[in-house]
Amino acid sequence: MTPPVTTIAEPVTGAPPAGGPPPEPAELSPRPAPLPSHKPVPKRELRLDLFRGLALWLIFIDHLPANVLTWFTLRNYGFSDATEIFIFISGYTAAFVYGKAMTDLGFVVAAARILKRVWQIYVAHVFLFTIFLAEISYVATSFQNPLYSEEMGILDFLKQPDVTIVQALLLRFRPVNMDVLPLYIVLMFFLPPILWLMRRWPDVTLGLATLLYAATWQFDLHLTAYPSGAWVFNPYAWQLLFVFGAWCAMGGAKRLSRVLASKVTLWLAAAYLVAAFYVTLTWYTPQLFHTLPKWLEQWMYPIDKPNLDVLRFAHFLALAALTVRFIPRDWPALNSPWLRPLILCGQHSLEIFCIGIFLAFAGYFILAEVSGGAVLHFFVSVTGICIMSAAAWLFSWYKNVASKAGSRTPPDADLAGGDAA
Amino acid sequence: MKAVAKAGLGWIAAAALLTAVGLSSPAVADPDAPACVPPAYLLATEAKLKGVAAALKTTRKLDILVVGSRSSTIQSAENSSYPGRLQALLRERFPGVTVNVTMEMRPKRTAGDIATGLGALVAERKPTLVIWQTGTYDAIRSIDPDEFRTALGQGIDAVKQDGADIILMNLQYSPRTETMINPAPYLDAMRVVAQEHDVPLFDRFALMRHWNETGEFDLFSPAPGIDLALRVHNCLARALMALVIEAAQTDPAEVRTQR
Repeated sequence: MTPPVTTIAEPVTGAPPAGGPPPEPAELSPRPAPLPSHKPVPKRELRLDLFRGLALWLIFIDHLPANVLTWFTLRNYGFSDATEIFIFISGYTAAFVYGKAMTDLGFVVAAARILKRVWQIYVAHVFLFTIFLAEISYVATSFQNPLYSEEMGILDFLKQPDVTIVQALLLRFRPVNMDVLPLYIVLMFFLPPILWLMRRWPDVTLGLATLLYAATWQFDLHLTAYPSGAWVFNPYAWQLLFVFGAWCAMGGAKRLSRVLASKVTLWLAAAYLVAAFYVTLTWYTPQLFHTLPKWLEQWMYPIDKPNLDVLRFAHFLALAALTVRFIPRDWPALNSPWLRPLILCGQHSLEIFCIGIFLAFAGYFILAEVSGGAVLHFFVSVTGICIMSAAAWLFSWYKNVASKAGSRTPPDADLAGGDAA
Repeated sequence: MKAVAKAGLGWIAAAALLTAVGLSSPAVADPDAPACVPPAYLLATEAKLKGVAAALKTTRKLDILVVGSRSSTIQSAENSSYPGRLQALLRERFPGVTVNVTMEMRPKRTAGDIATGLGALVAERKPTLVIWQTGTYDAIRSIDPDEFRTALGQGIDAVKQDGADIILMNLQYSPRTETMINPAPYLDAMRVVAQEHDVPLFDRFALMRHWNETGEFDLFSPAPGIDLALRVHNCLARALMALVIEAAQTDPAEVRTQR
């Protein structure tokens, strides 16, 4: 019964990890749940949902103007940020769900489903682009500040909509804040062959991904963007994180468990995180900027975000190692209603991501129109997070209702859109 | 269900608490402080402007060339933009020195476009100090940050070869266009290049953001009129002068007594 319910809202996290039981209705879990007791079934990996939800919140906050909450976001404390978490977990869950679909339904059907998902993400991207267009058009007519006449040059894009819009549809023109989805689209597009290979030779696949990553650095592989430059997240490089996530999902995580449990890993990871924190500190407190030795600066900078710098990747690995060590799979707090909003957001990542970007745009509007100070900034951030959580709760509720109905009667063709596959 | 309700209450309480934190955070501007004092750490620099120091102490003639773009000017008030204000302030501060600040406008050019002609320009004008204000157009066109960095390096080398000092000036802090223009990679590049080439960086972005946060200016305002621009440029000119003096390691009083 899993296939029909998985794809309505969010196929990636919708299915239970091992596919055994029906997906645990999200808002039921705080009750004394009879479900886990009757079988030693593998439970939903709530940690993934939790951290993807967290990544979504952080991405939202990072897209707003800086305010008090910005200091809680990851990028202020080390090299990697929420994007790494998002891409890794997306790789993990996608491999999990579609890998299972490949076993159950065969390569072709699973691949078709993946492509359908790609289409959904693409449509979401175009939707966000429309909002962007609306925004800059509005600004073009309302913003009259002689101080910023140069910055208004951005509106030149409006003068040639024929080029701009077509380039946006080709994923080559990506305004600020709209870089993650195109990366996600490309990665998902190549998921079927990756999965096919991964199911046979997981280590070879990971090896190939690493090779491609190395080749990216060696030969400067990149995708060009419009009007100039390259993709902000180079898919040739970032695929490593995605494939690594998939590899972990396909049993790699189990094999790594001994490494993860060792004291050496713990201390290495901790030391690296502390060092990265200090380096980050020098960015925000210019007084400390000169305390770094020059050779270190020359070796370290620039920390290349487009090409997923090794320092960033290592930082993510260190974070992940500590997280897995200190937050066990059955961490009781995972079922606490306190973390529910985060987990729900993580379970509907595409929708919540889009809502987050939209809210960031909308938040900007409010801040610009009301000319608010720090208080309003803060209020907008908190409200945004509340709206995201409420929306996630709504999606879960709907999915539950729909899946209950779906298990009894054949789903409405329009509603489920052929999700039953 | 009770647990859910409890947690909901908890979240509301947490939000309220955080709001309280947010309420208390806006920095209260000291009413006695003179307007737009730049924080000292934003003007600290290890790089030295030897040519400027010599010009102030010995030749008594300081020619400054601002290579900039539209954000170096204010339409319909050219003399009140920061280059004009800088000239006035420097003349006031160093009465015995002939100070000239000239503007070279290069609107809608990337750093790469400007870097190629910078050597020739400096050779022709022979300024003591070049203030190179750049980055905005590169950010608008989302030029590859690597390319941008290389261009900066080339421009700096060309100016130094012609025997002039140079200060880099980065982008304006423009909160309203932040969802459309991403300044971060260009700010980083300029910081790194300035450090590598041992050149002072005038962190216009950080200064403006600081003033916006302390409530000195409301840079979010959609239609503030020309008044805001005038005040911002005046403050920038004052901070810029402070940086020039700091990097030239010159005590204005000392220059004056030599008169």
